[in-house]
Amino acid sequence: MQRLERNWNTAIERIKTWARTNSPWVVHFNSGSCNGCDIEILAALTPRYDLERFGVELHGSPRHADVLICTGPVTRQARDRLLRIYEQMPEPKFVVAIGSCAISGGVFQGCYNIVGHIDEVIPVDVYVPGCPPRPEAIIDGVVKLLGKLRPSPKPVIEEPAG
Amino acid sequence: MTETEKFSIPIGPQHPALKEPEHFVFSVDGEMVTSASVRLGYAHRGIEKSTENRNWAQNLYLLERICGICSHTHALTYCLGVEKLAGVEIPPRANAIRTLVAEMERVHSHLLWLGVAAHEAGFDTLFMYSWRDRETIMDLLEQLTGNRVNYSANVLGGVKFDVDEELAGAILDGLDYLEKRTYHYLDVVTTDAAFLQRTRGVGVMSAERAERLGVVGPTARASSVARDVRIDAPYAGYDEYVPNLIGHTTGDLEARFEVRIKELFESYRLIREILATIPEGELTSRMPRRIKANEAFSRVEAPRGEVFYYLRSNGSDKPDRIKVRTPTLCNMASVLTLVIGQQLADIPMILVGVDPCFSCNDRMVAINRGGRSEEVWTWERLRQYGIDYYGGSH
Repeated sequence: MQRLERNWNTAIERIKTWARTNSPWVVHFNSGSCNGCDIEILAALTPRYDLERFGVELHGSPRHADVLICTGPVTRQARDRLLRIYEQMPEPKFVVAIGSCAISGGVFQGCYNIVGHIDEVIPVDVYVPGCPPRPEAIIDGVVKLLGKLRPSPKPVIEEPAG
Repeated sequence: MTETEKFSIPIGPQHPALKEPEHFVFSVDGEMVTSASVRLGYAHRGIEKSTENRNWAQNLYLLERICGICSHTHALTYCLGVEKLAGVEIPPRANAIRTLVAEMERVHSHLLWLGVAAHEAGFDTLFMYSWRDRETIMDLLEQLTGNRVNYSANVLGGVKFDVDEELAGAILDGLDYLEKRTYHYLDVVTTDAAFLQRTRGVGVMSAERAERLGVVGPTARASSVARDVRIDAPYAGYDEYVPNLIGHTTGDLEARFEVRIKELFESYRLIREILATIPEGELTSRMPRRIKANEAFSRVEAPRGEVFYYLRSNGSDKPDRIKVRTPTLCNMASVLTLVIGQQLADIPMILVGVDPCFSCNDRMVAINRGGRSEEVWTWERLRQYGIDYYGGSH
């Protein structure tokens, strides 16, 4: 009986992972960015780059989303909003930080109304550098995240020769 | 049953209709909007004050990042202001290239806007098509400057990048394609019955109202206000390459679509003209590191309207004060008054109709009611004010 339950749970987990990695829904929040990264994220969703071929869909509500795409440094006023959006997302949730500002504050480092970069406020899974990153880089970041979600095969430890 | 209930509808700062953080509260009576208010400042970073800690050359890179969509405009306005302060004349070829990049930026911005506005109307097909075609101009901008956004084409005293024969040919080919597509878009937004129901007669702004609210850019021109800095006070190369003023009389959303699309044709014409008659010569003039105490302002027509910079120097290598005014702030009042009496579903369209750019928009203004004063806010005071205002201990 216990074994059956274990098998059942494994099967359910596998289905969940399959569904999540084939159709991650993303929500986008700009916490003080210059817009440059935001238009590149939109460009990544449009026909030339077509992020949607990986099943990625941009959604309006954080409650429907698996992945939060963040741009920009975190301003004092946007900080609480960013935290609130992160908390509204259902588990498991993942964060992609897009652009130099999201990673380090970028050109806005030291501005008086900046709290800091994204990972000072919420945990970040994937960083995409660039000012702004090209749509290809954003796609690469999201695909790397999807790769991370898939169960990895057990690492093979090679015997040292001799 | 005579009493009707009123609802307040908060929108933002994270909302499907907004790509940027801003908070609106609309109160509605049934489906009709009765009042509107906005809370700005989610993207306020403190750029103006930060410019005082950086030298003239470093500020170029900071100010270019006020806005990613019209980055060239901000860099250009700043450069024009600093060159005016220092009394430096820049070479004619550099002026022509600045104008070229400015017009290419206008093409990219208007196509971007067309897509976003169509998306808000629920017309995603047009969104996808216009963004596909926008990639043509993005590729050309990338070939010219090496970056798709934040081109960094300006330096103080000139430009960094040159146009050669091959690139000019590529730009002309790209324009031929875009021109064909733009005729199609003009046809779509003026004849598609479903789309016209969302735009014709919606958000009508009369010329008097536009004047009174101080509306700028294509939004003003759609309400038959003849206002374009490129014509009124030519800068860079616009005294040689003169654009025609595109106006419209109806002042509704359809007019704003038409004005922006027709401005695209004007931009194509200007780009062709610049490439045909670009003067030979140097790309930069020499700029001094320190600039004597002086003050200057510069105005540039961004894709959204007039950008205004005020600069003051104090003889050091850093500015004493830089003040920025961007078009979205001027147009925001029109959104708040236009939505009253409209249907709730039209709010996103009216908001997008002015082509808002909130990252440009968020400034701090302290109003001094006690009359004229020479008070200067220090860095520490501004920082503390921000912390107290947002009520955090972080």
